[in-house]
Amino acid sequence: MDFELSEDQEALAESVAALCAGRFDIETVRSMATEGLDRGRWTELAETGVFSLTRPEPDGGLGMGWAEAVVVFEQLGRALVPGPLAATTLTAALVGLADTAVVETSGLDSAEIGEGAASGSIVVGTLQRCDGPCFVEFEGWIDGLVISDDEGLWWIDSDWLKAVNATEAAHPLDPLTPVAVVSELPQGRRIADRATAFIWRQYGALLTSALQLGIAAGATDLAVEYAKQREQFGKPIGAFQAVKHRCADMITRVEVLRAAVYAAGVTVDGKGVDDPVRSVAVAKVLASGAAAACGKDSVQVHGGMGYTWEVDAHLYLKRAWVHDLAFGDGDDYADQLAGGLLSG
Amino acid sequence: MDLCYTEAEEAFRDELRAWLHSVLPDVGPPPADHTDLDARRAYDTQWQRILHEAGYAGIHWPFEFGGRGSTPTEHLIFLEETERAGAPYVGVNFVGQLHAGPTLIAEATPEQQRTHLAPILRGDHVWCQGFSEPGSGSDLASLTTRALDDGDHYVVTGQKIWTSFAQVADYCELLVRTDPDVPKHRGITWLIMPMDLPGIEIRPIVTALGTGEFAEMFLDEVRIPKVNRVGDHNDGWRVTMVTFAFERGTAFISEIIASQRLLADLAKIAQKVTRGAARAADDAEIRRRLGRLEAELDALWSLTKRNVSQAQRTGMVGPGGSVFKLAYADTRKRMSDLAEQILGRVGLAIGDTLDLSELDHVGERLYALTLTIAAGTSEIQRNIVGERLLGLPKDR
Repeated sequence: MDFELSEDQEALAESVAALCAGRFDIETVRSMATEGLDRGRWTELAETGVFSLTRPEPDGGLGMGWAEAVVVFEQLGRALVPGPLAATTLTAALVGLADTAVVETSGLDSAEIGEGAASGSIVVGTLQRCDGPCFVEFEGWIDGLVISDDEGLWWIDSDWLKAVNATEAAHPLDPLTPVAVVSELPQGRRIADRATAFIWRQYGALLTSALQLGIAAGATDLAVEYAKQREQFGKPIGAFQAVKHRCADMITRVEVLRAAVYAAGVTVDGKGVDDPVRSVAVAKVLASGAAAACGKDSVQVHGGMGYTWEVDAHLYLKRAWVHDLAFGDGDDYADQLAGGLLSG
Repeated sequence: MDLCYTEAEEAFRDELRAWLHSVLPDVGPPPADHTDLDARRAYDTQWQRILHEAGYAGIHWPFEFGGRGSTPTEHLIFLEETERAGAPYVGVNFVGQLHAGPTLIAEATPEQQRTHLAPILRGDHVWCQGFSEPGSGSDLASLTTRALDDGDHYVVTGQKIWTSFAQVADYCELLVRTDPDVPKHRGITWLIMPMDLPGIEIRPIVTALGTGEFAEMFLDEVRIPKVNRVGDHNDGWRVTMVTFAFERGTAFISEIIASQRLLADLAKIAQKVTRGAARAADDAEIRRRLGRLEAELDALWSLTKRNVSQAQRTGMVGPGGSVFKLAYADTRKRMSDLAEQILGRVGLAIGDTLDLSELDHVGERLYALTLTIAAGTSEIQRNIVGERLLGLPKDR
């Protein structure tokens, strides 16, 4: 047993962190709230291998593990990189692979969708099927939508999306996660079976947990830096235990979450001793609690400035709230874990 | 990152399991009377002797000092398996095994090591800890128990507190003030005090749980030979700190495994008791609380493995231990709250849950109070995490 990052994993994390620092600085990220997704930078993510990381090698992917994906997604979350990162990566990893049947969809076949997601030429959103009006994330940014339900995965391309009269919300909760209200979703064309849909949800929860880990860590870093330089009563506010202890609680949540998320990634890769489905549920439960709590605490440590648009604290909190609802929320997974406990 | 155990680690586990399976039936349960410390000592030291005979004593002690010299991961497996098998706890051997012994290994003279280490491993000698004082808790370095220099002896007078199992101990690791006129950390000396010296009086302190392993210790001109000093005169604070470097992330492994068992048992109770018209297990809020606690304990087990892996690579854990302790104590307190909610009025008695359970959830609820206090309060842990891990400024 060795639960430390390997040298390759550390190098991977550093290279993605460097890419984010250089190409997804917070000013660039913020500009996408008004300018929309920067497709050039999205392609750079693809060229670095973000979307093809877990795509099998025979399909042109890097064939790496989900543990590596977790390490990468932690950095993307920390940098608040916007867009449907998890859905696009899942599409590249699971849709239209060489060993699965190619499914014709309107315009594109499933192989083209998977390849396009990996190369960054197709941006893919996702939604769990629901009745009645539903909120679709990134409706104006994406080239297609994967709907997951109990029967499988279903593809809806952008022409169909336009045809269903999506109404974009003027004020999305997270300015970097635009949402549109769609009165009724079309059925779409089936591109994967129910087993794949199950994996889609599970790996989606894993990647989202990793993003939330990065968000929790980023919100904590921001608060700690502020507590070191902001002075009141003649000393840095971080010297006061009321503030220091809040920061200690934040990093404590981050470290517990990191253990859970890394363990889930490793276990999904078959290098663990636990059930992978259970490990992912653990990670998502912890992530939904920790990311939002660290986001709120970061706002609080910043005082009045924390409630301004200018300071980034609210961006972490809002993204944490968005991710909590992706691929099943904390309550869903807590209920799943309780089911295991009560049947044991 | 790889959470699978190596073949050698699995072999170690299999051998240990088989051994536990063969010896535990003859060990029997611990003495029922919590207040009978002589019986506690006899039971705990008997287990230590059994471990010693089988080569499992001092699992983490270096081989040259009579230990097994196991890796941190093997130490983790040892604690996991002994807890799962229901083996006795370290009990009265805690200070000798985990604190005084490692300190002697790092800092004592070869003569002192020859005298003390083997008897600790064999379960012949029980140690207690004379660090805290009524006026020196979290601010340990302010301790005032005086040691006057009298030729080849120190003459020690003062009061110590929380000296658990002092009533049945043979030796005490004692911190004394040898120089009151220098900054507090620089005037402390670390001594080995035989507990049969004249001038030592021990009074038991009864815990909130009603048990009696706590004690306070009054020292009245106790003459301790200078050959019993470990480290230099006035160098006791450094000696004390060295001991913490022995922590390898394993401190709470038994606790985590035991907590998982407690939670699984709570889930069983929730299927037997009702809440309103339905089973407690069907209550959505109780289900979610069970699920969240299950997730937290699982994450803490993963964090333990991270800390142990770090110790295996670098030799130490650092503030990761404080992070763990903070989170674990918090989780256990919320487990207590859930136990209260599920047990209802059955929670009005300690150690008697009718026919609902074999476990004492009410006693555990009281025990959980110690987790944010003992071995550095959560407030002190937050200072450590804030200052050493995050680099926040000190307020002193």
